[in-house]
Amino acid sequence: MKKTDTNYSRRSFLKVSSLSGGGFMLGISWFATAKPEASLEALQMEATWQELTSYIKITPDNAVKIFCPNPEFGQNVMTSMPMLIAEELDVDWKSLEVEQAPFNTALFNRQFTGGSQSIRSAWKILRTAGASARQMILTAASEAWAVPVTELTTSLGKVMHAASGKSVTYGSFATAATKLPVPKGIELKGNSSFRLLGTPQKNVEGAKIVHGKSLFTMDYRESGMLIAMTERPPAFGMRLKSFDAIEAKKMPGIVDIFPIQVYEPTQKLAMFDTRSFNEVIAVVGKTTWEVMNARKKLKAVWEVSPETKELGMNNRDTIVPAGLESTKQHQAEMLAKGKLPGRIERKDGDPDKAFAEAKFVLERTYTAPFLAHNIMEPTSTFAHVKGDKVRFVAPIQGPDFIASTIATRLGIPKENIEINLARMGGGFGRRAYGHYMVEAALISKQANAPVKLIYKREDDVSGGIYRPTYTLTYRAAFDENKQLTAFHAKGGGVPESPLHANRFPAGAIDNYLAESWSIPTNITIGAFRGPRSNFNAAAEQSFLDEVAEYMGKDPIAFRLDLLQRAKSNPVGKINDYDASHYMGVLELVREKSGWGKPEHANKKRGVSAYFCHNSYAAQVIDLQVKDRQVRVDQVTSAIDCGVVVNPEGAKNMAEGAAIDGIGNALFGQLTIVDGRTEQTNFDSYRMIRHAEAPKKIEVHFVKSEVDPTGLGEPPFPPIFGAVANALYKATGKRFYDQPFGPKI
Amino acid sequence: MIKKFSLKINKKVQNVQVDENMPLLWVLRDVLEMPGTKYGCGVGSCGACTVHLNGQAVRSCQLPVSALAGQEITTIEGLAAKGDHPVQKAWLDVDVAQCGYCQSGQIMSAAALLKNNPNPTEEDIENYMTGNICRCGTYTRIKKAIQLAASK
Repeated sequence: MKKTDTNYSRRSFLKVSSLSGGGFMLGISWFATAKPEASLEALQMEATWQELTSYIKITPDNAVKIFCPNPEFGQNVMTSMPMLIAEELDVDWKSLEVEQAPFNTALFNRQFTGGSQSIRSAWKILRTAGASARQMILTAASEAWAVPVTELTTSLGKVMHAASGKSVTYGSFATAATKLPVPKGIELKGNSSFRLLGTPQKNVEGAKIVHGKSLFTMDYRESGMLIAMTERPPAFGMRLKSFDAIEAKKMPGIVDIFPIQVYEPTQKLAMFDTRSFNEVIAVVGKTTWEVMNARKKLKAVWEVSPETKELGMNNRDTIVPAGLESTKQHQAEMLAKGKLPGRIERKDGDPDKAFAEAKFVLERTYTAPFLAHNIMEPTSTFAHVKGDKVRFVAPIQGPDFIASTIATRLGIPKENIEINLARMGGGFGRRAYGHYMVEAALISKQANAPVKLIYKREDDVSGGIYRPTYTLTYRAAFDENKQLTAFHAKGGGVPESPLHANRFPAGAIDNYLAESWSIPTNITIGAFRGPRSNFNAAAEQSFLDEVAEYMGKDPIAFRLDLLQRAKSNPVGKINDYDASHYMGVLELVREKSGWGKPEHANKKRGVSAYFCHNSYAAQVIDLQVKDRQVRVDQVTSAIDCGVVVNPEGAKNMAEGAAIDGIGNALFGQLTIVDGRTEQTNFDSYRMIRHAEAPKKIEVHFVKSEVDPTGLGEPPFPPIFGAVANALYKATGKRFYDQPFGPKI
Repeated sequence: MIKKFSLKINKKVQNVQVDENMPLLWVLRDVLEMPGTKYGCGVGSCGACTVHLNGQAVRSCQLPVSALAGQEITTIEGLAAKGDHPVQKAWLDVDVAQCGYCQSGQIMSAAALLKNNPNPTEEDIENYMTGNICRCGTYTRIKKAIQLAASK
C-alpha cells in the first residue's frame, strides 16, 4: 500500500447518508487542484475550478451503483471514472450499475468535460472515495462481528473474516456504515495492486447504443413537448432587420413564431458565452418536419451589422468588426500581417545575430482553414421554464459555466436551474459553448411550454463556432556545417495565434524567437480538439522534417538529438514539456514501427510527435498515393499518458484521433465567401469515410507509474504532421497548406 | 397534405396521420416515438438514419411516408427480436462505439451488407459502408466487427 495525501478536507466534501429503503450513499463533491499552466491551457481556466461530483450507492441487497460525475461525449468517462471508484471499493465490476450524475447547482458545481482533464483530476479523488466507502463498510463489519478491523479483508463486494470463515456482502453492512464518520487519511492502493485499473473494460453503455435506446438529447421527449428551430442570418456579419411570419404561422403544426435575443446587449459575457448570431427567429411547432417546412415560409429581411462591442467579464471587451468576410480576404490579410513584426512571446539567446550570421536560412509558411466541429448529433436542448425555475436535458461539456449565464439572462437564481446531462453525440469542444441552452430556455419561456430546440445540420455547419484559421512561418538558421543555430516561429490567425511559445523545440535551441499576432473577425470561433495544438503540431512537425532533411539527419534521430539537448542542458527557464517523456514516445514509435529497418525501406512513411494536455504522442504513418488518392496502410501510435485506466477505451480514442486527424488533414475545411460558409452539410463538407480510414492502426502506451495525464486530445495534433511528412515521401512534394487532399 | 398511412414497421402495422411528404425518419422519431433511427444530415449524406426497406439499407430521411405503403420497414429497434443480431453482438465484442450516435445507422448498413454478401472482402465492406459517417473515427473497429459477425 502506498500512503497518499488524501486529506483534502478544506476543499473536499465526502458525505455519507442513508438511502430511503436502507443502505449506504457516499456523496463525493471535490475541488480538484490542477496545475495551472498547461493543464487547462486551451480553455484558460482558473486553477481550482474543477469539482467532481459522484455518488456511491450500496443497497442492503448488495446492489452497487456508481454515478459518473463528468458529462460523456464519447471519451468513455462513464466507464473509466467509475472504474477508479470500483478499484478501491473492491466490488465486482461486472455486476455494478453505472449512471450519469445530473448537474445540479444546489448539490454541486463545476462538472466539466474538456481539456483532457477528466481522469487526471479524478485520479486521487474518486479512488479516495471508493477506499473511504470500503473502509466504512469494514468498520461496520468489525463492529457487528466484534473483531478487529485488521482481521478483515474484502473481495469483490464481500467482507471476509479468515479466522471464523465468515463472508458477507457489503450490503449487509450498508445501513450501519451510514452511522460512521467518513475516514480521513485513507490509504490508496499502490499501482501494482490494481486488479481492475489497467484491464480492458467495455463501454458501459455499449448495449444501449447498439439497440438504439434513447440516450441523447435529440431522443428526449416528454408529454406536451414542442419542437423549436431558429432561423438565423444567412451570413456572418449580418443581423435581423425585420420579418413577416404570417404565412409561416399558417403552416400545419405551427404553434408560434417570435424573435429571441440570445444575450442582452448589456450582459457581460463569460468565457464560454459565444454564439454565432444574437437575434434569431424561433419557430415552434409540433413536429420537426412541420417546423422545418414553416421555416421556408418565413420572410426575413437581414442587414449588414455595424461594428459591435461585446462586453466581457473583467473589462475584457471585444470589438466585433463589421463586414462580410471571405476566406480569400483572410488569407491575404494573414500573408500581409505575417510579414510584420509580431508580439514577442519568447526570446532566447540572440536570434537576430544568429540569423544575420547564418550561412543558410530555411523559411516555410504553413496555413490551415477554419474547421467545423460537425458533431454527429446536431445541436439540441430540452428546456422547460416554469416561473423562476428551469429544467434542462442538455448535451453540455461545462454545465456550470452556462448555468451562471442562464441565471443572468433569465433573471433567476442559479440554484433554480436543473440540468440533466444527456450522453452527447460528439463534442470536440463545440459543446463547451452552451448558448443553445439559453436559446431553448428563452423559447420555452415565451412559448410557455416544454420545448426541444433542434438545429438542422445546416444550422450547425453554417452557423458554427469554428476552429480558427491559422498560419505559422518558421525560419531555421544553419552554419557552414549545416548545424542548426537559430529557430524562429511566428504565428497568427483569425482571430488568434496558434503558437505555444514554450513548447518544443523551445528549450533545445540556443537562439530562439517566438512571435504572435492576430486579426479580428466576426466569424465565431472556439475550442476544437487540441486547440491551437492541432495546427501548431502540424506546422512544426512538418518543418522539423524539412530541417532534418537539410541537415542530412534521420527525422527521429534529429528530434531525439534536440530533445537530448533540452534534457541535459535546457535553454530558458520555462519549458512546458519533459524531454525524457518526449523521447520515450519517439523511441517507442521507432521500435514498434520498425523505423529504419531494411524491410520497410520501400514504405512511404512520415513521423511526428507532440506534447499537449500533459501527454506525449508520436505517430508513424505509412501511406501510398495512386491516381491522386491517398491510401493509408498503417498508423503506429506511441502514447505516454501516465497510467492507462482502461486500455480498451484508451485505444479506441487514440484510433479515433488518428482517423479524425487524417480526415481533417486531407479534407477538412470551412471556407467563407461574403460571410457565408460554402459548406452547409455533409454533401459539401468533406468528412473522412470508411474507405479512407487507415487499414491498420496500432496503439502502444508507454508503461508508466505516473498518475494519468490526458488522452482525448494528445493523439490528435501530431497526426497532421505525420500525414504531411509521409505525403512528401510518397509524392516528392511538401505540403504546407491544409487540407492537403485537393493539392495532391 | 395530411393523410392516413398504414406502415409495416418491425413486423407490426402502425397507422399514422401525417403530411404525405414527411420523411420516414420523422415519422419514426416524432410520431411513433422510436428514437433509435438518428437524424444526422437530412440529405442522405451521413447514413445515421439508415433503416431496412424490404431488407435493403435505405436512408429514412429521404423516404416520404407516402412511398412506403405495404413495404417491410425494419429499424434498429426491430433488427433482432431479442436485440441479439450477430452484428449487434459483434459491435459489443469489438467495443466499437465512442459517442455512439452514428452506430444505429452503421449497424443497419452492416446488417444489410451481410444479408446480401455474407462473406464480404475488406474492400466490399469499405465500399458498402462508405455512406455512413462516424465523426469519432471508429471505422477500423466497425470493419473488424463486420468481419467478426461474418465469421460466425
